[in-house]
Amino acid sequence: MAKKKTKKKADGLTLQFMPYSEISTLDSVERIKKLLKIILNNKVVILQGRLKPEEESRLIEDTMIMIGNIPGFKGVELAVISNDSEEKTFFKKVKFGIAKVLVGQQDAITIIGPASIVKEMKRDPKKLEVMMR
Amino acid sequence: MKILRNFTKRMFGLFFKQRKDISLGFYGPPNAGKTSLANRICKDWTEEEMGNVSSMPHETRNVQFKEEVEIKYKEKTLKFKLVDTPGIATKIDYEDFMKHKMKKKAAQNRAKEATQGIVDSIKWLDDMDAVVVVVDATQNPYSQVNVTIVGNLVARKIPVLVVANKVDLKKADIKKVEAAFPEYDVVGISAKYGKNMDEFYESVFKLAKQA
Repeated sequence: MAKKKTKKKADGLTLQFMPYSEISTLDSVERIKKLLKIILNNKVVILQGRLKPEEESRLIEDTMIMIGNIPGFKGVELAVISNDSEEKTFFKKVKFGIAKVLVGQQDAITIIGPASIVKEMKRDPKKLEVMMR
Repeated sequence: MKILRNFTKRMFGLFFKQRKDISLGFYGPPNAGKTSLANRICKDWTEEEMGNVSSMPHETRNVQFKEEVEIKYKEKTLKFKLVDTPGIATKIDYEDFMKHKMKKKAAQNRAKEATQGIVDSIKWLDDMDAVVVVVDATQNPYSQVNVTIVGNLVARKIPVLVVANKVDLKKADIKKVEAAFPEYDVVGISAKYGKNMDEFYESVFKLAKQA
């Protein structure tokens, strides 16, 4: 009789890349739901683009509600890197503003991970350090 | 007739706007010194304190306010409603409170209250006329919480003043805070010792004009 092979789940870090197109058609509630669902599966999401400020605060609100309701969930670590701080000429600003309205801010990267896995994200204007537990 | 009606409406609006207290919110990450600053202002102008302060994060877990606080600057007086909010964070772990010698049950309760406090802080954003974002000048100002708070205020068209607190400490780096918020007025203060409060009040009056 052949021995049944059992696969042992390896502990490790899973990064899930998400192109902006995956959330571009969703409304704010659905976007946050989708991101939090991945985070609850102990994965770190690397999102092309960034959420709107109201969505970022909504994400924090929903996270706080989940901390009280999901055992073991301690919240998230979140960081956005973009070239917002870069000095832009007037025409670049206009071009950037129009593009932002039409297709969202896709030149940014948002990293969100569960606090149980990601210890800290240290950001300064030019780099982002992600410290794992 | 229309011109006259508009003029009357504007004068009424101006009259009521002047009479209304300006809601001034204190926002920022935990332990930045929001309550210390609110206490300092209250002590300066009402001789009463507003809330407790502690070195343990999330000491303020309820939105607390003080109405009819009259602040004077250069013979002008403005009346404020000060709104001190719980520090905004993206994570809360009750075990962190246990490191401050708190028992498990009490730490869990504190964590629960802190999460609710953060939800309340965010909800109160819509009621603010102007906001003072308080950051700890000894910490990295580029944290996402600071960026999210300022982004939300800009989206709601609420005027912002950034306060770099704890400038009495050696590690304080006000230049770094200024570099992180190049589009805003940054005032370095020590709420604990009342350092540079004159410049702070001057900036608050400028802020109130935009409200």
